[in-house]
Amino acid sequence: MTVRNRLHGLVEFGDEQRRHRLVVVIATCIALLVASPVVWMVVRAVGAPSDAFALLVSPGTLQVLVNSVVVVAAVSLFSVCIGVPLAVLTVQTDLPFAWFWTVTAALPLVIPEYIGAFAFSSAFGPHGAFADALAPLGVSSIPTIYGLQGTVLVFTLFTYPYVFLTTRAGLLSVDGTLVEAARTLDRSSIGALREVVLPQVLPAVSAGVLLTALDALADFGTPAIMHYDTFMRQIYVQYNNYAQPGYTALLSMELLVVVAVVLVLESRVSGDANAGFSGGGSGRPGRLHLGRWRWPAMLFPAAIAVLAIGVPLAILVQWYYRTGTTYAGFAFQLSDVLHSVEVSALAAVAALIAALPVAYYAARSNSLPSMIVDRVSYVGYAVPGLVLGISLVYFGTAFVPALYQTLPMLIFAYVVRFLPQAVGSVRSSFLQVDETLTEAARTLDHPPLSAFRRVTLPLVAPGLAAGAALVFLTTMKELQATLVLQPTGFRTLVTYIWKVQEAGYYSEAAIPALVLVGVSALSMLVLLARERYDV
Amino acid sequence: MSDSHYTRPKSTGERNADRTRSVGGPSDDTTDDGDVGDVVLRLDDVTKRYGTEEAVTDLSLDVREGELLTLLGPSGCGKTTTLRLMAGLERPSEGRVELNGDVVAGDGAAFVEPEERGVGVVFQDFALFPHLNVRENVAFGLTDLDDDAVERRVDDLLELVSLSGMGERAPDELSGGQQQRVALARSLAPEPDILLLDEPFSNLDVRLRVRMREEVREILKKAGVTAVSVTHDQEEALSISERVAVMNDGHIEQVGRPGDVFEDPESRFVASFLGQAGFLGTQICESRIETTIGTYDHDLLRGYADQYVGATVDTLVRPDDLRATPANESTADGRITKRQYTGPSFVYHVRLDNGDEVRCMHNHAERFEVGEPVAVELVADHALAWYPTE
Repeated sequence: MTVRNRLHGLVEFGDEQRRHRLVVVIATCIALLVASPVVWMVVRAVGAPSDAFALLVSPGTLQVLVNSVVVVAAVSLFSVCIGVPLAVLTVQTDLPFAWFWTVTAALPLVIPEYIGAFAFSSAFGPHGAFADALAPLGVSSIPTIYGLQGTVLVFTLFTYPYVFLTTRAGLLSVDGTLVEAARTLDRSSIGALREVVLPQVLPAVSAGVLLTALDALADFGTPAIMHYDTFMRQIYVQYNNYAQPGYTALLSMELLVVVAVVLVLESRVSGDANAGFSGGGSGRPGRLHLGRWRWPAMLFPAAIAVLAIGVPLAILVQWYYRTGTTYAGFAFQLSDVLHSVEVSALAAVAALIAALPVAYYAARSNSLPSMIVDRVSYVGYAVPGLVLGISLVYFGTAFVPALYQTLPMLIFAYVVRFLPQAVGSVRSSFLQVDETLTEAARTLDHPPLSAFRRVTLPLVAPGLAAGAALVFLTTMKELQATLVLQPTGFRTLVTYIWKVQEAGYYSEAAIPALVLVGVSALSMLVLLARERYDV
Repeated sequence: MSDSHYTRPKSTGERNADRTRSVGGPSDDTTDDGDVGDVVLRLDDVTKRYGTEEAVTDLSLDVREGELLTLLGPSGCGKTTTLRLMAGLERPSEGRVELNGDVVAGDGAAFVEPEERGVGVVFQDFALFPHLNVRENVAFGLTDLDDDAVERRVDDLLELVSLSGMGERAPDELSGGQQQRVALARSLAPEPDILLLDEPFSNLDVRLRVRMREEVREILKKAGVTAVSVTHDQEEALSISERVAVMNDGHIEQVGRPGDVFEDPESRFVASFLGQAGFLGTQICESRIETTIGTYDHDLLRGYADQYVGATVDTLVRPDDLRATPANESTADGRITKRQYTGPSFVYHVRLDNGDEVRCMHNHAERFEVGEPVAVELVADHALAWYPTE
């Protein structure tokens, strides 16, 4: 069988590639198009005036670099400290109500970080809900939420689920008989966990940490709300000030270098990251018995759930009931929702169309070019939305002013950003269609196109739908590229929330924020239904 | 030791004992009674390379109308690649594939795609379309018929494979044997000129495998279709095929009727791959042949001719050709080195005094211990195949 598989792989160089030359060309073009914003950023940075370079190594910039690294390192560490024990507790032990705690542990991911950050600054800030509640008890001041601690707290609470979910998937894919084998070789159940299970889930943990780290690097909303200078906040401020034209590009480049370092570090640790994502095992032999700690152990997931789900939801509801001052200019309108739906739907369709050839090529060929095309299509994943948006602004203003601040440009940004989600979903469904099915169709007198239409397409349809749904839902809550690229006067749910937050009208944000949390929850459902935790 | 029993009346296996063969290598005989049908499919010096690796090398083979031919060989010998070349799922690097006299691949002729060939394939994992029910699967290849004709044809086929009434089921609601029958019906539906079966029974459990073997053979014969199957299971190949082509390392070692191939393997590889084989060092003398366990008449060697006098050869002995008897140190020919219990019988491995390893089959009541000295007696009632000494 292995020989046959190997030979099948080699065939791709010959017969199949000849047949799919058109697909290859289209897939390559899409990959190049998606990677182009990075190229524009490089061009812009290289052409920056020399005093901008001086700024780059100024103490202020270095401070920002250090701040970002500290945030990323701390968030990664704390995410592992929360995510891995939660995964082990829910998967590998006899924790009561394990399924319930699995859901609550994953749920914080559905709260967009900027909404979480509003909620926490509102709850724990000076004169916030928490301070008000404590005031009658004689507590006059609480430690400030602003700064490093708040930033790390919010990032950790709303991104640790990445680590939880990938670790959980990794644990589930560990063959339970290995644990039993270790037990028969005189290991205790904790020893087996440490020596057999955890080493195997290390790639999965590191994949989760990667997602967490990229999120923490890329988000500027949270540091802005928490008054803490990181790269992204600096880039956003610089961009809005137009102070130093080349400086923003240089900062972005520097950030991309940090992203690249994170990616390299992750691939060093994980080796084959896919190992952690392979199918779920059935039955969990080798479970840890918690004994008398069984019930007290629930305190840990419960505390995390209260902080990461309870606090933000309570605050949003409280905002809604608080009759705050309203300002006519900021009234929430139905058109905001319609705009969100419109751009999201367009982005979903466009991303799906772009994903089809790339995913098909990646799934049906093991050649080096196909791997490169596949990897390049993931560029948007690592590039923060703000950097992507700024790069497209440069490109638009310099070369095609007609496209600057238009809907097509915004949609293109979304496609670049979320193509990996569509590709991942579509590729995995192509991979699930056994190639012998198409071969069978060919031997039953159906030419390639007819075989694709009658056999492959019906079988991948659910995967395509899931991919499109995922892009739709994540576009709905995308903040950064939207802020930079939105056409003038084109307000969406997220830009509305951002505006009222900046102006301090929190109560206006309650309903749209709750809507967004609901939308995010839906996208989580799509993810769980597909059993893919790596998007 | 007596040398009298080999001079019994000749067995059927000796029918071509008088043909000439050279000591230099296998002869290229084709079996006489296979020539009846016309050639449906011909591979002519076909080579298939993947990069620098040759999966199939200069392979030539004729498949004749109405026969069931099996490509038999160990995994990695190129048999599945050969099947895929026949189906048009692979293109030959060199050589030519002919179907019904037309060149369908190679020699500068336009490559005929699988859907244009009129070739049916039963895949190893059956490859039933999971989104279609049984009827829709069977009807999938019936692209040229009107709806009524399709319904009638599907009914006929489901009856042929004894699945009438199962038409609305989804493939995953069927047992392994039923899935195989659907796959068979689906590939037979468009009335292919030739049916190709890739390891058709390997996905079934052992007991079902034996039953399906018979059932599939019956269905193929009822449908009157020419078929090529691929397997690594010698028992399967010998029991269902009209002809067997034994493959090794990308080429065909021998083609022939199962009995002929088993009894008269043309190479050591074929001898060893089909059944258990031992080789007796043999000296051909003027009037007799001499081995370490006794001397015998020339007729013991299949196809003996006087020109071989003086040559040293290896004679093929299978476990049922030999018997061990208890002996003392002075009369022994060798010692038992291993005992293999197979249920109804024992196979004893004996290392002879000259170092040859042979095997003897005994019923389960006869017991020897490992290390025991034994005399070995030749009890074959047919002439034996032999090979130049390596």
